[in-house]
Amino acid sequence: MNKQTEKSARGLWLVFGGLCLLLTAALFVTQLPAGPWRPAAAMGIAGAKALVIALGFMHLSRSGPVVILYATAGVFWLGILFLLTFADYLTRT
Amino acid sequence: MPDATEQLQPLGESFSDRAHQDLTGHLGMWAWLASEVMLFGGLFLGYAIARVTYPEGFAEGSRELDVFLGGLNTYVLLGSSLAMALAEHAAKAGRRRPLLINLGAVLLLGGLFLAIKFYEYYDKALKGHVPGADFEFSGEHPQAVELFLFLYFTMTGLHALHMLGGLSVIGGTFLRTAVTGRMPGPLFVTATALYWHFVDIVWVFLFPCLYLVR
Repeated sequence: MNKQTEKSARGLWLVFGGLCLLLTAALFVTQLPAGPWRPAAAMGIAGAKALVIALGFMHLSRSGPVVILYATAGVFWLGILFLLTFADYLTRT
Repeated sequence: MPDATEQLQPLGESFSDRAHQDLTGHLGMWAWLASEVMLFGGLFLGYAIARVTYPEGFAEGSRELDVFLGGLNTYVLLGSSLAMALAEHAAKAGRRRPLLINLGAVLLLGGLFLAIKFYEYYDKALKGHVPGADFEFSGEHPQAVELFLFLYFTMTGLHALHMLGGLSVIGGTFLRTAVTGRMPGPLFVTATALYWHFVDIVWVFLFPCLYLVR
């Protein structure tokens, strides 16, 4: 195994280590007293984990702009779906 | 590793060069994953509306789930994603033995995830917590808990079906490589890996939504 190959394999292990740390943090958060911030923190950590997987395992960190555009298109439309739906649900009287 | 790639992934007639072929393959896979985002997104939206409408009932329903098993399954799935990334790495380098070891690890960890999930389903069935005519629940918000469990079974069931599909493709690749000794094309392994990591990301959001909203 050459040095470059060995280095990129080590990078994958580092990504995995980071993901395990984030998951442990999410499990720790659920042990704290209940409050409205707790689900928000758990979802925030989930978002961070998804970003680490996309950048580290799915190679988005070294992909070109067209691949990034395709990868973010689904999330963009999902954001619009949530925004418009909750603009209705959260403003009903 | 251009030499290994050249040998394993012949250039298709419609492509001007290897970069063109790789980009087309990646874009096709990402376009499909975007459609999958919308499929799961609709379920997450339904969940979010019900969660906002019945916050106490959903918290009560979440307390019926086992955080230990859910957390364990998340570690298992993250481990399978690492193995899949290492398998892709080995495929690009044209290295057969590490490819087989890592694909085998993905199969084992994916199988373990499904076994734990089905144990959870079995436990819910024993307690009468499967939504439907025979649903039993003695807590404060039985109707909201039934809705929560309906979403739990639907979302985790759809996720489990995606895992079964992924494991079938990975199992086929493992067997073909082990029996014939021929390496799969790196682009094919990359596309499979993208799918597997996507399935991992879906679970990363399912876990807090279902297990941690207590």
